[in-house]
Amino acid sequence: MPGLGAHPIMKRLRRRVERQRLIGRAIRRRRALRPLSDRTRQIAPGDILCLVTLRDERIRLPWFLDYYRALGVQHFLMVDNASTDGSADYLRAQPDVSLWWSEGSYKGARFGMDWINWLLLRHGRGHWCLTVDPDEFLVYPHCDRRPLAALTSWLDASGRRSFPAMLLDMYPKGPVEDAICAEGEDPFRVARWFDPANYTIQKNPRYGNLWIQGGPRTRAFFAQDPLSGPALNKIPLVKWHWRYAYVSSTHMLLPRGLNLVYDEDGGEQVSGCLLHAKFLSSFATKSAEELDRRQHYGNSQEYRAYHAGLHRGVQLWCSESREYEGWRQLEDLGLISRGNWA
Amino acid sequence: MTAAVRLGVVLLCHGDLGMVARLARIWTDGGARVAIHVDAKVGAARLAGLREALKDCDRIVFTKRHRCSWGRFSLVRATQDAATELLARFPDTTHVYLASGSCLPLRPVRDLVAYLGADPDRDHIESVSSHDVGWTVGGLNEERFTLFFPFDWKKHRWLFDRFVAWQRRWGIRRRMPGGLSPHLGSQWWCLTARTLRAILEDPRRAEFDRFFRLVWIPDESYFQTLVRRHSTRIESWSLTMAKFDHMGRPYLLYDDHIPMLAESRCFVARKVWPGASRLVSHFPLPADGPPQVDPPQPARISRVINQTVRRRVLGRPGLYMQSRFPRKDAENGKTSAPYAVIQGPGDIFHGFEDWLRRHLACDVHGHLLGPEGAEFAGRPHVGPGAISSHPQVRDRDPQGFLTSLIRITDRMQVFQFSPRDNQALNWFMATDPNAHMLVVTGAWKLPLLHSGMPFDDVRRAFAQLQRIELEHLEVLNSVWVRARLHQHDLGEFLMNPKAILRDFMLQIDPHSPPVTAWPAMRDLTGLDGMLRRLRNSGLRPRLTGEDLPPIELLTHERAAAE
Repeated sequence: MPGLGAHPIMKRLRRRVERQRLIGRAIRRRRALRPLSDRTRQIAPGDILCLVTLRDERIRLPWFLDYYRALGVQHFLMVDNASTDGSADYLRAQPDVSLWWSEGSYKGARFGMDWINWLLLRHGRGHWCLTVDPDEFLVYPHCDRRPLAALTSWLDASGRRSFPAMLLDMYPKGPVEDAICAEGEDPFRVARWFDPANYTIQKNPRYGNLWIQGGPRTRAFFAQDPLSGPALNKIPLVKWHWRYAYVSSTHMLLPRGLNLVYDEDGGEQVSGCLLHAKFLSSFATKSAEELDRRQHYGNSQEYRAYHAGLHRGVQLWCSESREYEGWRQLEDLGLISRGNWA
Repeated sequence: MTAAVRLGVVLLCHGDLGMVARLARIWTDGGARVAIHVDAKVGAARLAGLREALKDCDRIVFTKRHRCSWGRFSLVRATQDAATELLARFPDTTHVYLASGSCLPLRPVRDLVAYLGADPDRDHIESVSSHDVGWTVGGLNEERFTLFFPFDWKKHRWLFDRFVAWQRRWGIRRRMPGGLSPHLGSQWWCLTARTLRAILEDPRRAEFDRFFRLVWIPDESYFQTLVRRHSTRIESWSLTMAKFDHMGRPYLLYDDHIPMLAESRCFVARKVWPGASRLVSHFPLPADGPPQVDPPQPARISRVINQTVRRRVLGRPGLYMQSRFPRKDAENGKTSAPYAVIQGPGDIFHGFEDWLRRHLACDVHGHLLGPEGAEFAGRPHVGPGAISSHPQVRDRDPQGFLTSLIRITDRMQVFQFSPRDNQALNWFMATDPNAHMLVVTGAWKLPLLHSGMPFDDVRRAFAQLQRIELEHLEVLNSVWVRARLHQHDLGEFLMNPKAILRDFMLQIDPHSPPVTAWPAMRDLTGLDGMLRRLRNSGLRPRLTGEDLPPIELLTHERAAAE
């Protein structure tokens, strides 16, 4: 006979304790953040916020900010983890960016999620909050015609609190080192290819989220050990409440209900993609550097694998790669869905 | 014959008052009189702003304000009061249109006036007997009228549900006031002033109001029921295009719907997303030429919406993704297209896969689930859809592997299978109606016969493969099988291989060309000897068929075939 510990209510209680621990941790770690430019007074009710942790991303930032401004993000809350390339100076000059500085360990802050959880707790309450990396670009159904506010107001009307967007690795045709993306340039003009149909899905019983792996990284770097491949499931857009907390990157949240963004009865819910502009020429240097810092997940196992792979001159492109055309293509391939957002 | 129509509009508003000002102006510019009801929850300052914006329009009345909440009688009360005031202020009004602050007129108001004038005594209100309604959500059709609904569904969902369950358990049934028969329909209507006055001035109105106060969503049933009492000329169809999803939530209209809405020729559409500025400024279409009275044709927009509902409720068969991950047996299509699994012939014939590829307009693969990796046709490292052929990657999620492959390819997928392969999908394939399976049991013995391995190793492999295949047969012989299964044992197959293969090939590709050259069969000599030796070593060989025909007979047949 299973003991009391296996009872669903015990699991719920355990998850609650974990969530409270995460929130407590975020509150304690707030001291690691030093405001460089605090413009959070500008935030109006109903604004869509974007939260980012970054390090040495100066070249990417102009296009990143423009992309999300065009979608209708009203305010950016960014944490600069000790950049040395002038990212902070650039961001301080932006009128819609609030910037914090952190010298602390990225790994020690649970890969930046403690900082983000704190900023969400402090400033995100009641707002739709988009938490992304500087190389992740949100694509959702109808994104060419409808602003992000259309999506969030529809989610509100449908009683939804979170929106899933799988990470879609984009890569260039030819060696990654040759894919040069200049400042302010659209990275997807260079890295415009992706894997259409090689994703594996597994349900995580503890948190209820789907664990998605696969794509070019698993194919090229983790074929011997696909279990260690990077997780691609993400829930970046959440109508925040102070009780919520990101557990591991933006892969999953607590409470558990926020992770249930998929239909289990055969229907389709609405979902989007985060186009991942990681595989550009800057990636080789970055992976070497990150390997030295050892500040990434699983002892930077990912970066180790990439670095080894890139040294061998690996191409991610293959004859089955698809060239990105737009959200409709992603929907036809079954990577995203409009659900019932007609 | 058209008569003079003087249109009055009741506008129920709660949110975006800027939009309301614009809509009120559209209606009054078109010659209508407008009664605006602003929800009492809206602050006085905002209301003052609206009054200021509309102060130059003399055909607008602001009516008594109520606090409205969804699904409650307050909405009906607001409509009644607004309509009464409208009719009192403009007694010569002939028709009253009920609209909301997010109902956008698509065609010029004078088109609507002309359309109403073509048959001025008709009441345009959707009114369907609650016995026949199929669209309501949550199973509450007749119970809307027979149970009490004192709790707000949005604010007190728990109490609402508990109270409904409690009433059902105790068999509580309210009595409808005499002379009424319950009808439901869209809450947006256009009634003639005569009918509306009759409803509002009904001597038994107090009794009806008392009853409807505790009905659920009375705005969809009050006028729809009472109109049956007072009108005989009902056009049971709403002039406002409003679409709802499977949960009963209205669909929102955006800028990209402009062409579709223009084509629909509807008079009024809802619900407009407040941020759709291009949509709001595009409609109503400018009035040029004489008024047109062609009826609305919302077929295309209905089709689009129905497709979306379908996608939300049923999804795309065979798709597993981040927002569609059906649990087992709720897949609504385990795979997206037919595919064929061939177990056995690959072991019996030399070069079977290449031979088959020449005879079928399909993608013929090797052992996709084989231990060495996925043997895609042509043996690339990366198969269709950039699926890795690496065995570890495939075995991470075999079901995802197969369903992705079938979904991403255009042609039918055919692959070989054997007890040597990964058996994780046995149940999945056997219960999938898209699977065509040809299973020749015991065929795996032939490669063993020719393996040249020491007898001990043969015996071990034989025992293992036989166990695996017996387990597989348990699946294939269960009552749950939905695959199109052709199962033969080795002896049976060898008696008539060509007919069996030909039948199967015609089943998966009816246009396959007739076969002229058959592949060469492996040598069967020694098979009975090996089986006898295994039997004598303590194994019990099965699955070959009780009566494996004499090898000489088979060899003879083969010679004749060649």
